[in-house]
Amino acid sequence: MNTIIDVLRDPSWSPYVVGGGIGVLSWLTFLFSDHPLGISTAFSKTAGMIEKAVRGPKVANKLYYQENKLGVDWGWMLVIGVFLGALVSARISGTFRWEWAPSMWQAAFGTNIFIRLAVAVFGGICMGFGARWGCGCTSGHGISGSMQLVLGSLLSALCFFIGGIGTAMLMYRVL
Amino acid sequence: MFTTLHNNKRLQLALGLLFGFCFGFLLQKGRVCDYEVIMRQLLLQDFTVLKIMLTAMVTGMVGVYAMRGRGWIKLHKKAGSLGTNIPGPLIFGIGFGTLGYCPGTSMGAIGHGALDALVGGIVGILIGAGLYAAVYPKLKGRILNVGDLGDKTLIDVLPVRNPWAVILPVAVILVLVLFSLEKMGL
Repeated sequence: MNTIIDVLRDPSWSPYVVGGGIGVLSWLTFLFSDHPLGISTAFSKTAGMIEKAVRGPKVANKLYYQENKLGVDWGWMLVIGVFLGALVSARISGTFRWEWAPSMWQAAFGTNIFIRLAVAVFGGICMGFGARWGCGCTSGHGISGSMQLVLGSLLSALCFFIGGIGTAMLMYRVL
Repeated sequence: MFTTLHNNKRLQLALGLLFGFCFGFLLQKGRVCDYEVIMRQLLLQDFTVLKIMLTAMVTGMVGVYAMRGRGWIKLHKKAGSLGTNIPGPLIFGIGFGTLGYCPGTSMGAIGHGALDALVGGIVGILIGAGLYAAVYPKLKGRILNVGDLGDKTLIDVLPVRNPWAVILPVAVILVLVLFSLEKMGL
């Protein structure tokens, strides 16, 4: 019993255990929920629901939201679950702490948190826009689509990393 | 299989939460909700992210195709095109490199207290997703249709009868990639 608790408290598991766990989790979501793991659709629904709350019900008539219906569904609950699971994991392993800017960022770009937040918002906008353009993110294409060997997903996963590596190299090696 | 369970909407919402919990727990334990681990992957200094993704891919692929072969599950393949799966993911990549979290690991990062993931990342992703819904009618029927890929898989485009003639070699290659990463000390 103590060993199980020790394992759960361990702040870092082998990537192979974690990867294998995510693979097995995918079996379960296909089997019991008839869904693949995917995150970014829920963000699109949330954006639409917020806009609808502010600007009124006509927002739901937008072509995109007609094709991708607004509302709380399985995938939306999945995203809430990701937050809760990570929160519990960080709490029990004692790694939880409030932080405005990661230390690696501060070492390279200084301690001004507003610069970090501005860059993070910019990154988030690209990510939200790009994930919807590409119909999926690192979970939906990178994990779920790739494991089904879907060509579009494999291509997307490759492009996530091409864009990501190029940008990271530009920021940390050039700037 | 489990069609009654799939149609039970309330239970499915609870299952979504439960599966998400497990996903977030695993991502956090794998340290991939950590800005530094993701950035060091993109700088090609630490291969934790790739190791997790490739292991998940091998494990998931074998299980999902085995269950499909027995008729237990159906696949969920997104139809794609060059105009969808290249420009969108490249823009996503720019976001990946500047934010340092992906949408799922942003949620995970908030779980360990990363406020840049919440105030920056989540807000940005919501704005970006909303902007896309606004411009979608202009892209549809144009660039999104360029170079249609359908929902074809690697198995469909290779001249094989048995899907396992693709799945097993892919699994072997990915395992060899993982072994070589370890060998190189990455």
